[in-house]
Amino acid sequence: MSLDLFSQYIFAGITYGIIYAIVAIGFNIIYNTTGIINFAQGEFVMLGGMTAISFNHFIPLPMAIIAAVLFTMLIGALIEIVFIRWLESPSVLRMIIITIGLSIIIREIALHVWGDTVRALPYFTGNVVSSVTLLGASISPQVLWVLAVCSCIVVLLSLFFKFTPLGKEMQACAANRLAATLCGINAKNMVTFSFMLSAAIGAVAGCVVSPITSSQYDMGTGLAIKGFTVAVLGGLGNSMAAVAAGLLLGILEAFSIAVGFPLAFQDAISISILLIILFVRPHGLFGNKEAASLKEF
Amino acid sequence: MIPLLKIRNLNKRFGGLHAVNAVSFDLKKGAIKAVIGPNGAGKTTLFNLICGALAADSGAVEFDSQPILGLKPYQIAASGIARTFQNIKMFPGMTALENVMVGLHTKSRAGFWAGMLHLPSTLCEEKRIRDRAYELLELLDIAQFADIEARSLAFGQQRAVEFARALASDPTLLLLDEPAAGLNIYETAEVARLITKIQQQGITVLLVEHDMSLVMDISDEIVVLSFGQHIAEGTPSEIQHNKEVIQIYLGE
Amino acid sequence: MATKKITTIALLVTVVVIVQIGTQLTGTSYYLTQLTMTMYSCLLIIGLCLVMGYAGQISLGHAGFFAIGGYTSASLTTLNVLPSLESGSSCVHLLNSFGLLTASTSMYGDPLLRIHPWIAFVVAITLTALIAFALGIPVLKLKGHYLAMATLGFGIIIFRIVLAMAFFGEADGISDVPGFTLLPGLTVTGNIEERIVNYYIAAAVLISGFVLLLNLIDSRVGRALRAIHGAEDAADAMGINTARYKLYTFVLSAVFAAIAGVLLTHYTGGISPSDAGVMKSVRYVAIVAIGGMASLWGALAMGGVLNFLSLRGLFGSYDDAVFGAILIIIMLFAPEGVLRLSLWSTLKRFKVER
Repeated sequence: MSLDLFSQYIFAGITYGIIYAIVAIGFNIIYNTTGIINFAQGEFVMLGGMTAISFNHFIPLPMAIIAAVLFTMLIGALIEIVFIRWLESPSVLRMIIITIGLSIIIREIALHVWGDTVRALPYFTGNVVSSVTLLGASISPQVLWVLAVCSCIVVLLSLFFKFTPLGKEMQACAANRLAATLCGINAKNMVTFSFMLSAAIGAVAGCVVSPITSSQYDMGTGLAIKGFTVAVLGGLGNSMAAVAAGLLLGILEAFSIAVGFPLAFQDAISISILLIILFVRPHGLFGNKEAASLKEF
Repeated sequence: MIPLLKIRNLNKRFGGLHAVNAVSFDLKKGAIKAVIGPNGAGKTTLFNLICGALAADSGAVEFDSQPILGLKPYQIAASGIARTFQNIKMFPGMTALENVMVGLHTKSRAGFWAGMLHLPSTLCEEKRIRDRAYELLELLDIAQFADIEARSLAFGQQRAVEFARALASDPTLLLLDEPAAGLNIYETAEVARLITKIQQQGITVLLVEHDMSLVMDISDEIVVLSFGQHIAEGTPSEIQHNKEVIQIYLGE
Repeated sequence: MATKKITTIALLVTVVVIVQIGTQLTGTSYYLTQLTMTMYSCLLIIGLCLVMGYAGQISLGHAGFFAIGGYTSASLTTLNVLPSLESGSSCVHLLNSFGLLTASTSMYGDPLLRIHPWIAFVVAITLTALIAFALGIPVLKLKGHYLAMATLGFGIIIFRIVLAMAFFGEADGISDVPGFTLLPGLTVTGNIEERIVNYYIAAAVLISGFVLLLNLIDSRVGRALRAIHGAEDAADAMGINTARYKLYTFVLSAVFAAIAGVLLTHYTGGISPSDAGVMKSVRYVAIVAIGGMASLWGALAMGGVLNFLSLRGLFGSYDDAVFGAILIIIMLFAPEGVLRLSLWSTLKRFKVER
């Protein structure tokens, strides 16, 4: 394989990988504050992309994206307030089923609103054919947008959790909910906020990736599974490790196509990785076994 | 005489915490032995190591001259060690009788096929289990609660059902994890009576307990743990006069 | 105990007969087709109920087992083995000498030689059991979210395989699956003339399966399963091999799903990738949840009603959405299932106190 082609695949892998990582971080944010895996996480990505496309008919692209992100945040908040907030220590099984139900409803509403046509946002800069050459690979400028925006999300999130009072309060809730409540933190609001944050970053990812991968009402499930694979690969709850794991999975997928693995089985790769990881190292590649065993799954 | 239970140099760490630190002691057949110690001394950890719920880091445990360390909990249970739990774990949605019938699991054989087909032999075995479970409830004077959901019984009665459930497997060794936890003084006295009754059946008892009056009353021997270490061992009166033990309990 | 069992069977048989006669009298015997399909789905659902309600393990991959059963039988019974017989395959010869191949002619009058559905049935069930066994060993060590995702992942892999492989007809699935002659004169097929017979075949299979499971939960194994679900560490301490019990239950319910898959495929004459889809698995879970998780009766009743309404097209294009909504509402307001709402449990408590 020539070096050019090699870097071509690397870039393709990184683009997808970072999207998986963003979905995984979405899982982690909610998991950390509530212990819930939100099976509707992929639907946030879909909603972000689809609403931005609709808004873009009326308002310019940057405005449409902002509007779509705000809209998805609102949906995230609504979901938490209507369905999650008032449950008293629900069982894991119950939460799994509720979030699965939510993902079905969101998907079906999307189907009835937008139909099953494949849509896409326009390229942020340039168009389908424009390309830049980087490390010998000619790549679409949109790829650079994806990389830049997603890296920004990751950096901003880590700054947010480290330095802002709100971020610290969320961290406190994640570490020990009861203790945080006793310190005067409103844990319930933190959970609402974690749903909003997670919906927002999902929506941003859905927007930046839409020109490359297109958006469709049923894209959520596949993304959710891959995002979860990445979250588990990195160790559930560990967002920095999720980035590394996301890139790893994305590149692995890109090269599986390069070596002639049938496209139809591409999903099977990530799911097989998920299953293997779950069987062999459920605490993740970078996780700590002792710490993981203390958590309630 | 060969001891029934032989614990040698048992170790368990949780990260930096040495929960059980080189603990060794023997348990004579037919005796009641108590493990006492302040909170966090590693008593419950020791229990969980013996019955296989936790994996030990090193050491040896021999039961009836057979090494049992590393066996699965159900294998250890099948070999003749029964246990009770600090926070009585009645099976939800089951009557007292059914709880004891689960205890008879190792004493019956019906599998999936037999269960689905309800063969005459299965029904016969089922009747045997039911009768035996009822006998056990009678032995512990709680037969009148047989058909009541176990979780809705009073705490002391649940404790008795739990004893019956543990005895159902015909154990040679019974591990009791804080049997008097959460009981009032009358119920505690009742538990003391039950434990001596169990001993009279020829069953060896190892118990962890906070209630000193209960421990001093019924045990033949006492082991004292502190911060995971074996501090003292002896008869109740020896322990009561042991300086080190008094120091641990009363401080300097 | 025995009278209770006889009452149960008598009750179910009566309902089945009344429904059949009712459709006959009202001239709506076309309902029987959907009822037959519903009963096969119910077979899968009561099997899943055993895993979820009694062993306490969630499975979001049961449509996968259904598909393994259905696709294996469909692909084997639509395979023309005449060329391999002529080319001298010893395996095919052996089957032929035992009379296990059935000769027929294709639409164009070409001679066909096909594997007997009973062989396909045995292969399908064995294959499903083996896959469930191999999958169950690692998967059932997982709990909660991890178990849900792992079984979901398994379902998606099966879906991808049947969708991608030409052998399984890709997106079109397999059609023209021949009828399944259980006994001479007793064929599982979608022919209109045999609709009533097929209705009773399905009812017989479902009732037998249901009674077997009722027996099972009312036995030593059933008690052990309930104990595992209620307090796993205490069940361990009773000497119950919890891993083995979970595994066997999982395999048993996979076999139920596969039997449903084989019979329904022969009944409708085909199977398509959507039968292996994630949405199907979720729907089965939904029905078990609505029935009250640990209630075979609830699963049977809800499976019957909801599947039938869905097959009648009552929910129109909102079919999936309806199941999603039901799922959420039940989990929010009645996690114990609709048959166990507070009124019901109050009555039960009253009975005990009396």
